[in-house]
Amino acid sequence: MGTMKIDGRNVEFSDEKNVLSVIRKAGIDLPTLCYHSELSVYGACRLCNVEDEKGRMFASCSERPRDGMSIKTSTPRLVRYRRMLIELLLASHHRDCTTCVKSGDCDLQKLAHRLGVSTVRWGYKERAHEKDFSSPSIVRDSDKCILCGDCVRVCEGIQGINAIDFANRGTDAMVIPAFNKEIAKTDCVNCGQCRVVCPTGAISINTNIRPVWEALSNPDVKVIAQVAPAVRVALGQAFGGAKGENVMGKIVTALHRLGFDEVYDTTFGADMTILEESKEFLEIFEKGGPFPLFTSCCPAWVSFCEKRWPEFVSHISTSYSPLQMLGSIVREYFKGQNIMSIGIMPCTAKKYEILRDDLKRDGKQNIDYILTTEELITMIKRAGIQFDMLEGEAADMPFGIGSGGAVIFGNSGGVMEAALRTLCKGSERSALEELSTGGVRGPGSLREFTFNYKGKEIKAAVVSGLAEADALLRRIKSGESFYHFVEVMACRRGCIMGGGQPVHAGYRTKEARKHGLYESDVNTQIRRSDENPLALSIYDTLIKGREHELLHSHR
Amino acid sequence: MLEQSFYDKTDEILSRYPAQERSLIPIIHEIQEAFNYVPVELLPYVAKHIGITETKAFSVASFYERFSFEPKGKYIIRVCDGTACHVRNSLPVLERLRSELGLSEKKHTTDDMLFTVETVSCLGACSLAPALMVNDHVHPAMTPEKATEMLKALREEASVHE
Repeated sequence: MGTMKIDGRNVEFSDEKNVLSVIRKAGIDLPTLCYHSELSVYGACRLCNVEDEKGRMFASCSERPRDGMSIKTSTPRLVRYRRMLIELLLASHHRDCTTCVKSGDCDLQKLAHRLGVSTVRWGYKERAHEKDFSSPSIVRDSDKCILCGDCVRVCEGIQGINAIDFANRGTDAMVIPAFNKEIAKTDCVNCGQCRVVCPTGAISINTNIRPVWEALSNPDVKVIAQVAPAVRVALGQAFGGAKGENVMGKIVTALHRLGFDEVYDTTFGADMTILEESKEFLEIFEKGGPFPLFTSCCPAWVSFCEKRWPEFVSHISTSYSPLQMLGSIVREYFKGQNIMSIGIMPCTAKKYEILRDDLKRDGKQNIDYILTTEELITMIKRAGIQFDMLEGEAADMPFGIGSGGAVIFGNSGGVMEAALRTLCKGSERSALEELSTGGVRGPGSLREFTFNYKGKEIKAAVVSGLAEADALLRRIKSGESFYHFVEVMACRRGCIMGGGQPVHAGYRTKEARKHGLYESDVNTQIRRSDENPLALSIYDTLIKGREHELLHSHR
Repeated sequence: MLEQSFYDKTDEILSRYPAQERSLIPIIHEIQEAFNYVPVELLPYVAKHIGITETKAFSVASFYERFSFEPKGKYIIRVCDGTACHVRNSLPVLERLRSELGLSEKKHTTDDMLFTVETVSCLGACSLAPALMVNDHVHPAMTPEKATEMLKALREEASVHE
């Protein structure tokens, strides 16, 4: 607690961990390239430098606020320094900005513009390194890297992977995988969080726009899309909509206008996942083990488990992820027809998931391509569709309806909550409310709670962020912790913060996306997956007797 | 693929250190000394043993000039190009060594694996500038002529040993 002077104004602070947070709270958007509130403080970019009353300069991200402190944030000297820093970064940056994939959304570009950097006095850096296209999810372009270390810290600190790190020294320093091998040959799990924090075009999404667009203009191909829950609460903001607003209706309209023949809702697949997974869980629960059962929806998590915890792979539910559920059903429904099946996802790891052999049937992928939220935004813009003017449409039948439980899949805890809903007695609001306030929701990347099922206690855990999951697995292995059922999502807060989502999401945006999904849940008439009449009906028709073949991985 | 003897020697080194992250640099040091370079194949092996990622091991090993992923020659000549040595003409010494040995900025080691020529930022022997080191031995007040003589002496020494 205390008061400090910022540019002559008194500003109170409480538990802010650094001066930068106090400055930003005071309404000053101090520029940074290496600061993310959830990552460790690094102090590399020096853009957040401020001056104290004695003229001393320090990085405000790395200094604790003190009572009585007095600082200035934009003296002529500071402004000059910041401009010089950006100029130096630009000098060692491959500046093909006009054709760069990140153009318009690049922090370096924005800061150069904002700080008035009008010339770069030190020449031009030609391309010196090949781009790394080895991953289906991300593209690495070292010539665009400014060595801020954001990707390194998210990969190591939050995800516990450390697929990339600094190598070499001085002017030779780079962020690369060990031995400069291809990213696909590392422990990378394709979560895309490096791409979310990358301020430049050094890490970007490996895009699949082109083949999809070609199919859309081919009258012989029926192009079918399904839209994941998290997409609908993130996309609207790119077109001037409110943070976290559910724009599913407009997305459906936009996809129809782009030429998609059918637009389905992945929540249908999510309900199928719940039907299968809760069946699987009850079987194990009544049999008495082996525990815990892990959820299977998140491909980055499955990949992480395979690479780091092979002994737990058999504990992962064999039920398909929602994407694969609907993909498999759609392929069956349109059997014999020339279709292209597209998943619109918040996730870069889904681009890897669709290629997995255990998710193929007769050697064929259930889903042909994944477009991330970002790629769909690009397509809508490229086609010139005035998204904000669109009138919403409903998703197409027969796979256009999902329950409220399925919508919250995009939040950390959502899969668990939807699964446990099917174990609630009845569907009265009170029972569902008791569940939702019983610990499955809330802050923190690890939540543990118990759920009463027919007088027996189900011990459950919800975890997001793979470093946190890694610690949890260690405790489970040592016997320190015990759970019956564990939901793991690789990205903190779940799919709403996936690697394919629009970036620059601050605290308010993250919260708004989360509430957007919870609000969509309570606005849905059907709250429980086992009450989705369409999902139930296909058990007697389309997939009758073939659940195992069509809905489960053969890992 | 490395010969088994490399792994045996590494095992012996590993056995003398606690299997912890902080042992990384001393272990790489010993590997460098044992083989005259750090075979990259050994880094994942060491990393696994002390419980860190191979990415971290590579990051650390590639940071330090002292560690080399390339096999080095029998005689490692480190020419100081710190400020004091530089202003007292260390570059002509370096150029003489390189031209005599057919080396360059890119090629550091002779094909017969006898000599490696590198620059270092400072040997901490500024009063002896320009200085260079041959393995652990410092040669003060170098000139291009003295460098030529030094190479001749080293060649003779090497042939005697054989």
